[in-house]
Amino acid sequence: MTETSSLPFLSVGTAAEAPSQFAGRLRGLSDRAMAWLFIAPTILLLLAINVFPLLWTIELSFTNYRANRPNAPLRWVGFDNYASILSDSDVWYAMQATAHFVVWTITLQVLLGFGLALLINRRFRGHGFWTTVILLPMMLSPAVVGNFWTFLFQPQTGLFNTAIAFVTGSDPSSFQMIGDVGLAPWSIILVDTWMWTPYVMLICLAGLRSIPDDIYEAAEIDRASAWRRFWSITLPMVLPFLMLAVLFRGIENFKMFDMVNLLTSGGPGSTTEVASITLKREAFEKWRTGYSSAFAIILFVTVFGLANIYVKALNKVKQR
Amino acid sequence: MRARATVQVLGVLGAFGLAAAWAGPAAAQDRSLTLCWAAWDPANALVELSKDFTTKTGVGMKFEFVPWTSYADRFLNELNSKGKLCDLIIGDSQWIGGSAENGHYVKLNDFFAKEGIKMDDFMAATVLGYSEWPKHSPNYWALPAMGDAIGWTYRKDWFSRPEIQAEFKKQYGRDLAPPKTWDELKQVAEFFQGREIDGKKVYGAYIYTERGSEGITMGVTNALYTFGFQYQDPKKPYHMEGFVNSPDAVKGLEFYKSLYKCCTAPGLTNAYMQEGLDAFKSGQVAMQMNFFAFFPGLYKDPNVGGDKIGFFVNPSEKVAATQLGGQGISVVAYSDHRDDALQYIKWFAQPDVQKKWWSLGGYSCHKAVLNDPEFPKSTPFAADFLTSMGMVVDFWAEPSYASLLLSMQKRMHDYVIADQGTAKQALDLLIKDWTKVFKDDGKL
Repeated sequence: MTETSSLPFLSVGTAAEAPSQFAGRLRGLSDRAMAWLFIAPTILLLLAINVFPLLWTIELSFTNYRANRPNAPLRWVGFDNYASILSDSDVWYAMQATAHFVVWTITLQVLLGFGLALLINRRFRGHGFWTTVILLPMMLSPAVVGNFWTFLFQPQTGLFNTAIAFVTGSDPSSFQMIGDVGLAPWSIILVDTWMWTPYVMLICLAGLRSIPDDIYEAAEIDRASAWRRFWSITLPMVLPFLMLAVLFRGIENFKMFDMVNLLTSGGPGSTTEVASITLKREAFEKWRTGYSSAFAIILFVTVFGLANIYVKALNKVKQR
Repeated sequence: MRARATVQVLGVLGAFGLAAAWAGPAAAQDRSLTLCWAAWDPANALVELSKDFTTKTGVGMKFEFVPWTSYADRFLNELNSKGKLCDLIIGDSQWIGGSAENGHYVKLNDFFAKEGIKMDDFMAATVLGYSEWPKHSPNYWALPAMGDAIGWTYRKDWFSRPEIQAEFKKQYGRDLAPPKTWDELKQVAEFFQGREIDGKKVYGAYIYTERGSEGITMGVTNALYTFGFQYQDPKKPYHMEGFVNSPDAVKGLEFYKSLYKCCTAPGLTNAYMQEGLDAFKSGQVAMQMNFFAFFPGLYKDPNVGGDKIGFFVNPSEKVAATQLGGQGISVVAYSDHRDDALQYIKWFAQPDVQKKWWSLGGYSCHKAVLNDPEFPKSTPFAADFLTSMGMVVDFWAEPSYASLLLSMQKRMHDYVIADQGTAKQALDLLIKDWTKVFKDDGKL
């Protein structure tokens, strides 16, 4: 009986002492040490899942390594993989296809997204409902989007072809969106624009809602025209948000894979073979791991370099 | 007190006894094998067949079936990462070189010798295609499991309509019949293209055009082989100039493109096996190129099967040839259940099991089945299957087959579907790509 009553007392005492000892030890640490203590787990995680694979990829990019032949002798090939990629016409073709896709999707998404944001910002009756409806495409999985647009683009039974045929009076099967060399690149641009314009709209809407009303009131007192208000107030104040949207969409579309793979598999021929599809084929179908590592590094440096230049421009715009 | 203790001890012993009795069957249940293959009709037949193996040995069977479009990606990744998912794998014929050289498959020579399994009991083309590496050497890495080749189906009911026959004869001066040459096939396809049958617009032929995996290669080669394409100089391995891009090969490729242009349904730019089945089953096409493996299912189809469907072998030109399909069954080297997996192979190789395999819808490669005088009459497509297996040609089975295949996919799709360059240029570029692969592999 004595024992049982003394045990809780002892355990309470130990439990009470432990935090105070720990707190005492923490109190002895400098702010800098404390900061390191808190961010160390995150840094370790980042090192393990980001930095280590990156360094390993860089190392592999200088070798002839193939993941499907682990027993083959590993050979240091210097910059051969890089030279071979940069002199490969197929790679340059893939880069052109990527650039075409990125430039056009961003242009269209910015124009349409900004336009939609201006409309939604007017706070008409039911604008909340319409905002939700417009946002629906970006909530879908790219795999789902790729699959159902494949059905929509079917020349014989697809809703898209039927609708175009209804408007133009032509035969629905007289054109093929994803099977025609001329139309296929525009098909993937169309689908991406349909899916991601709401995202750009959302960012622009945030920008528009952040503009204080009194600036517009002052402009009205000065009798500024609607065009003048748009040009001198709305656009400059939304510009940082727009530029942010362009940055996000640019990075995302530069590495676009899933939707294009499902819609066209890079075809017809190699018409829509964007860089990430080429990379996937080299890495996981041909198993040229060293070569594809070099290609991945080239793509990474390209995106990283362009994004850095862009962020500097964005900061300048913000400072204005 | 003592009596109570005795009861307690007996209770404990009883509980142990019950647990042991329970664990007995459970331990037997633990003996199981996982077999990896593609998700298609023959796989369902194999599930049914394998129940006999479980009954006989007590070894349970699990199955991992993956759709064809991701079959190679999924299982080659599994093998390359030395995964233990599959104990047995029915791998594609082209994997044999890589899987043998990289140690993914168990070499079966000693096992075959010990168990009295003779490769002479299997059709020679299937042993060469599915089991041997290096080719034409007695090194066996798989047991021929599923014989397959590309053949054709046609709408027998349409072909037999008097008004259609009369119109065809008037137009081409011959009877409408299953084509034997590519020219005949093209004529029939042109005849049906855009024709209205039972109030529905139909198309001439369904052929493979898929870009992502292996589709267009499996289609194009059916024309190429028959026109005279060869992978390499028979006297000088890996030398392809004048063989891959010979004038005959150029003609074959041009012909495939002309067939695609004249006589296929709109939107047929990225279609493989399943799309062909859909097109045929929905009554859209008069003729369909596809693997024999699908023919039992098509024959049973309530809408287009039975009397409505007919079958014919790949048309000839200069030579009779067709693309080999099918697979061998191998034991995965990383399996923890190698002995049980080998027992499955031993069981599967028995003539009785092979006969049942054929009756369930699988394509046996065993001579006990194929040489049976009743075999050609056993189904409407059995005779064509035998003929086709006698003229099969396979794609490269080198360890670098994936690189070789992807190059061919690209060059063929660029020319046939995307209209880029000429047939000669496409084949020249193909030689360039393949030469680079063989140079990297140290074979040139």
